[in-house]
Amino acid sequence: MAMKIGDKPFKERVSDGIDDKFMRGAVSSAQGRFRSGRLNAAEELGNWEDWRKLGEEIRSHTIENLDYYLELLSENVTKRGGHVFFAETAEEANDYITNVVKQKNGKKVVKSKSMVTEEINMNEALEKAGCEVIESDLGEWILQVDDHDPPSHIVTPALHKNKEQIRDVFRDKLGYDKTEKPEELALFAREKLREEFLQADIGITGCNFAIAESGTISLVTNEGNARMVTTIPKTQITVMGMERIVPTWEEMEVLVSLLTRAAVGQKLTSYITALTGPKQEGEVDGPEEFHLVVVDNGRSKILGTAFQSILHCIRCAACINVCPVYRHVGGHSYGSIYPGPVGAVLSPLLGGYEEYKELPYASTLCAACTEACPVKIPLHEHLLRHRQEIVEKEGKAPVFENLSMKAFSMGTASPAMYNIGSKLAPTALGAFAKDDKISDGPGPLKNWTEIRDFPAPKKDRFRDLYKKRKKERGE
Amino acid sequence: MKVSLFVTCLIDIFQTDVGLDTVELLEKLGCEVDFPEKQTCCGQPAYNSGYVDKAKESMKHMIKVFEHSDYVVTPSGSCGTMFREYPHIFKGDPEWEERAKKLADKTYELTQFIVDVLGVEDVGAKLNGTATYHTSCHMTRLLGVTEAPMKLLSNVEGLEMKPLPHNYNCCGFGGTFSVKMTSISEQMVDEKVQSVEDSGAHILIGADCGCLMNIGGRIDRKEKPIKVMHIASVLNSRS
Ligand code: SF4
Repeated sequence: MAMKIGDKPFKERVSDGIDDKFMRGAVSSAQGRFRSGRLNAAEELGNWEDWRKLGEEIRSHTIENLDYYLELLSENVTKRGGHVFFAETAEEANDYITNVVKQKNGKKVVKSKSMVTEEINMNEALEKAGCEVIESDLGEWILQVDDHDPPSHIVTPALHKNKEQIRDVFRDKLGYDKTEKPEELALFAREKLREEFLQADIGITGCNFAIAESGTISLVTNEGNARMVTTIPKTQITVMGMERIVPTWEEMEVLVSLLTRAAVGQKLTSYITALTGPKQEGEVDGPEEFHLVVVDNGRSKILGTAFQSILHCIRCAACINVCPVYRHVGGHSYGSIYPGPVGAVLSPLLGGYEEYKELPYASTLCAACTEACPVKIPLHEHLLRHRQEIVEKEGKAPVFENLSMKAFSMGTASPAMYNIGSKLAPTALGAFAKDDKISDGPGPLKNWTEIRDFPAPKKDRFRDLYKKRKKERGE
Repeated sequence: MKVSLFVTCLIDIFQTDVGLDTVELLEKLGCEVDFPEKQTCCGQPAYNSGYVDKAKESMKHMIKVFEHSDYVVTPSGSCGTMFREYPHIFKGDPEWEERAKKLADKTYELTQFIVDVLGVEDVGAKLNGTATYHTSCHMTRLLGVTEAPMKLLSNVEGLEMKPLPHNYNCCGFGGTFSVKMTSISEQMVDEKVQSVEDSGAHILIGADCGCLMNIGGRIDRKEKPIKVMHIASVLNSRS
């Protein structure tokens, strides 16, 4: 799966989403849980705003000095006997990974959850090379079993499925014969996955934060599968987006604490795994060989632009969990593995406006995302910035809109024009009005009145009434 | 106290009563209100659609219109937010940044002005009924005005305020979003109308005409027995 998911045009995806009552029920109840969890966890920590500020400072300092910290990380990984590869593109990353697997004669790869490997379509590259790839994150595994259903959320990828649907997937694909109770479903998955772990020759992980000062990669999970992935197979490959890095353990602690609270309302997740290179002399476990693949894939193009702060993202999904648009259309509507507000900002940057130009408009700019983001990324401002780029630099705005905005600027920058325009409104719209209301309007009003009434413009504008009032009072 | 009214284009053309209520209310509170006639629109429709250069023309015009006012008061959280954003938009512009900042610093949303500047929490209003209040997104999240309207409403004689469930949800207006993404907007406004019904209130009060036109338009279309009122009209009620 690459970053793009599905082939349908945006409008169809949205209407599929709106019509999917099961998905919407699942998403809405999950959003409710995540929201109260996050707020409780923030309150319990105290001074949440100060923590956010600190998170923002850490991220902005790190990204400002990204080249320095990446170099430091690379040095330290190498010192411990690991290999580091900087991949400029998805292809370069996949080629490197496939080569390592081939060299090791790997037949079976187990993976822990990782968005960047989805982004670069790594599974397909490995499968093409004759390798079997098993997802070990429960959500990802469900989707894999369900004929590679795409993820709809960056933290809980199978959020769009309820437990009955998961039971059906297991039953139809794997002959599961128990109930939809979460414990029974999880036990079944665990037994199946255990077999895979024992047979795997290569483990591939993502990375929540790489710690530059020690050359460590850290993984934040609740299922513990990432630990299995990194202990049983002899070779470990970790794939990270180039921005997923912190200077020292101290910053890592702050960010993990923001991440787990913002993502799922937990003080800490069940497992936080930190791995520093391959097995050292005298150590009893850990991989014999360790490769770190640092993926650019369009990220460095964002550096130095007005969008730079989107690289501060720690992939907690808080913005997705509060987004009302996401709630109604679901993750698949975004056409990208990165949905919701973060996806609407990031997908056009990584995948281009051609593919994702609708996303920045699929927002009311209500700023719920900006308010929720634990590292204070001004998401709604980035959405606006995208609109500006689309209109002014890319020239991709619809002609009609362009004309009406021209008229708008003429009509509002000059009081004389405004006067004429606003005076004409009742005459222009009068024919459509009935009982002070318009229920079937012309032009751009048509879409409005499809679902709601519009007030008819008043015969006298406020300014006319105000003048009259002044006269009457002899002022 | 001398106050210049920024009435907003929606009120000027569609909700004239709200404009008059605002003037009367401010006068009752002892303000001397003037209405600079050359005012047009804050530029938000163009700005939020990405037409920043075009929006800037309206913004510059508005900066000039209110240049000599002591205070600028507007019965719209969203348009007030826009004025407050001007310095950010003109950042680095040697001619306009400072002037934009001056305008931003003296601009207040109506309830914010009454509570924070005039220091009044009871305006002496009377209105019988049960009501709920829609916290519009720009006013609460961007302008940061949350307490003022609630304080003022809680002191309206005869008015029983009910909490609005999920009040943090956006109503689905979003300016051009409402006509560009109609199907999504429909789901959002339906959810809001449902919350209003669930509150048990018969009056929906808000401080933003855009949101009120959106929610009210849907309420009318669905023929729900809920009256929609702007907070200026509620605070100016005396019966
Ligand atoms: S943009 Fe902010 S809220 Fe959204 S996923 Fe990233 S860090 Fe979390």
